[in-house]
Amino acid sequence: MASVVVSFELNGRPAEVLARPMTTLQSVLRNQLGFTATKEGCRQGGCGSCTVLVDGEPMPSCLLPIEDVAGRRVTTLEGITPIDGLSPVQQAFLDGNGFQCGYCTPGMEMLATALLERNPSPGRDEIVEALGGNICRCTGYQPIVDAIEAAAGAASTGER
Amino acid sequence: MAKLRGTGISAVNYPTGMNLGGDPSQALIHATTSGSFVVSLSSADLGQGLRTVVGQIAAEVLGVAADEIVVDMADTDTGPHCMGTFASRATHRVGNAVRIAALEARDALMDVAAIELDAPVDRLVTDGQGNVLVASDPGRCMRVAEVAANAQFTYGRTISGRGSYMKPKSPVDPETGAMDPDSTEAHACTVAEVEVDTETGQVRVLSIRSAYEVGRQVNPALVRGQIVGGAFMGMSHALYETTEPYYPNDDHKPKDFSEYLMPGPAELPEIDCVVLEEPSSNGPFGVKGVGEMTANAPIPAIVNAIYHACGVHIDDLPVTPEKILRGLEARAAAE
Repeated sequence: MASVVVSFELNGRPAEVLARPMTTLQSVLRNQLGFTATKEGCRQGGCGSCTVLVDGEPMPSCLLPIEDVAGRRVTTLEGITPIDGLSPVQQAFLDGNGFQCGYCTPGMEMLATALLERNPSPGRDEIVEALGGNICRCTGYQPIVDAIEAAAGAASTGER
Repeated sequence: MAKLRGTGISAVNYPTGMNLGGDPSQALIHATTSGSFVVSLSSADLGQGLRTVVGQIAAEVLGVAADEIVVDMADTDTGPHCMGTFASRATHRVGNAVRIAALEARDALMDVAAIELDAPVDRLVTDGQGNVLVASDPGRCMRVAEVAANAQFTYGRTISGRGSYMKPKSPVDPETGAMDPDSTEAHACTVAEVEVDTETGQVRVLSIRSAYEVGRQVNPALVRGQIVGGAFMGMSHALYETTEPYYPNDDHKPKDFSEYLMPGPAELPEIDCVVLEEPSSNGPFGVKGVGEMTANAPIPAIVNAIYHACGVHIDDLPVTPEKILRGLEARAAAE
């Protein structure tokens, strides 16, 4: 199939790419646009390491054909990282040692960002529920759940 | 049909490193003109924090802050030799090599500082904040960065060091079978609590609590990370993971990542630990390895807890619901 031009919003700026239909958003982000925070894990939607936000909702970018994001708003980890320092979620992961190898971290942090946007003070059960599709093989999840709890707590007490 | 609770215990004695024909790791260190230090390694950090830990070790020896150390690693084309990151050996072997390299670099640094401060080398100390000073006269003091710059621009010297640490090959005694395979041993004891559903055979792990003795901790947060992550992985091996599930034929085997059974955050038990420090005689600053062992003790503790809960003892992993139910049936038939 012939390549198509797809226009969308990437981290608040207009983006336009030429890609063959069914090329995944994950591949376009990483291989065409150089946004390497978004990892490729299983390419089956089974691990969550490629999670990005599309119109604010977390989605596995490895399952999303690029033509499906035409006209939509895509946010990657680069988009939530301030020019100076870290976002509250990123800071909480750093403070709580919420990663080891780091491969799952961008996906986990995008998921946590979307969760806290939707529900600024989630219970532990709600955090665990939200993380259900994202796999971490290093940490045993405990420091990740703790970090998201801490980020929510910091936001509610206005520390950050 | 009921949900039965049980508690199990296990202990593990775990070797640091191994000895397959000699086990060396090497490190090189040099000061840059800005006074920071570069540690060159081919060793790989898998996420356990080796880069952080060897940086801390170099900083401790050189008397500078840890952020003055740049660790350049994981390139076997350019780095000095390393056997690899396995057998819980990296902090011990690579840490020793880095410590030895840092000591040599420190000597080179102190030789120049002795000229600059006009004092004998044996009267010079570092303060851990990046200063070299005369012990009896702390007012006579220089920044390490300044010493390093002067070494290069005034004296034409390098501030550098080489380090190699090797566990020599230990042959097997043909009469007794005796050998010396490891360098030191770390220890752990784990208590697990489980709940077994006798109707479905499902096991839920409620808690995994451990005591670890790992020698000196270079970085306690990273040690805890290994223990907590390892406990979860141990639970995963005990109850879920296998590439060879005991289905009737191979067609039902997991073919890819999405079909491979793993627990997720919903299965997270309460995990906690205490860490004891009994320094080893041969690790850098007394460290022992705390890597692989963290996934070991939880497995027999969980299996023992299942036995305590429902009287079914299983010695074939993973403990699937089917094995529990068959075990319960066998027990009922025997009664």
